[in-house]
Amino acid sequence: MSDGKKTRGPRGTVTINPELCKGCGFCIEFCPSGVLAFSDTFNDKGYHTPQAARPEACTGCDLCGAYCPDFAIFGSLKEKVVA
Amino acid sequence: MSRVNPVNQYLRMDRMPHIWCSGCGLGTTVNCFIRAVKDCGFPLDQVAVVSGIGCAGRVAGYLKLDSFHTTHGRPIPFATGLKLANPKLKVVVISGDGDLFAIGGNHFIHAARRNMDLTVVCVNNFTYGMTGGQLTPTTPIDAISSTSPYGNFEEPFNLPFLAESAGAVYVARWTTYHVKQAAKSIREAIQKNGLSFVEIISPCPTLYGRRNKLGDGLAMMKAFKENSSIVNGADTRGVGMDFKGKIVCGKFIDREKPSFLDMYHATMSERFGPFYECYEGVQ
Repeated sequence: MSDGKKTRGPRGTVTINPELCKGCGFCIEFCPSGVLAFSDTFNDKGYHTPQAARPEACTGCDLCGAYCPDFAIFGSLKEKVVA
Repeated sequence: MSRVNPVNQYLRMDRMPHIWCSGCGLGTTVNCFIRAVKDCGFPLDQVAVVSGIGCAGRVAGYLKLDSFHTTHGRPIPFATGLKLANPKLKVVVISGDGDLFAIGGNHFIHAARRNMDLTVVCVNNFTYGMTGGQLTPTTPIDAISSTSPYGNFEEPFNLPFLAESAGAVYVARWTTYHVKQAAKSIREAIQKNGLSFVEIISPCPTLYGRRNKLGDGLAMMKAFKENSSIVNGADTRGVGMDFKGKIVCGKFIDREKPSFLDMYHATMSERFGPFYECYEGVQ
């Protein structure tokens, strides 16, 4: 995508609610684009929560949302249409 | 960050976070079920969820649908009554392997024999998670539980085979790794007329995984990914599970049979003719 053509922005965004997360790591392991990684910070319960380490790679497929047992993360498509 | 998770409208968010352990597959199963209900497009007041006792019994309390939390092993009798009293409802039973097949095993086979129009989602984690990890009828041979400390020597149930031979019209098995397929199967099961059975293999990292040295929830999910194979339409006689062995997933049975209410209606119409008045929602 970088061979002289117009670079496309991220197609989706990932939204994380750290207070519900229990740090199981399902979303990080099974994200097909490798967007997520554990953060260094803790939430109130003491779990390391995921963070979007490569947000530009997110396609908004919502597979993280489908895997999340704690309803703490979801992906959504960006409304912006890139020419 | 004002965006709200689209599944939140199906959940009682005042009860979140839920009690399930980190790495448990029950939340993922609830997630699949919510996505299935969403795809079905039924009005939410026509879907009822019944669950029994155990970790999986908490599902009814967390879903913002009409829901029953019933006595141990009895979600299927409650669901049968619910369906007969209001045949317009889509009744879904979500419960665990111990609740549905140990304490409530008899109810399951008779609901399948009658072909009651229910959807049964069995979250199979091979153990009694809430009471301390005892042996269930689905614990594989050689697995260690708190009541089989030297390894299990009892032959476990092969749940899809049991469901098929008892008369279920739709039988599928997925693991919590197969989220998309599981959601699709639950959707098809809800739409199916008759008893449809979906088994979801789920990790229990706290009691089953820890005792059997299977690692945490994520390691068990990775093992599901590596050990599972999808064989749609497989002969259910051969899909029994071994400890750490292959897991055959897929949609095994999809057949048509008249349900209990169809047979009831046909028999009564034939017997009483014009004097028979069916109650609301049967036809």
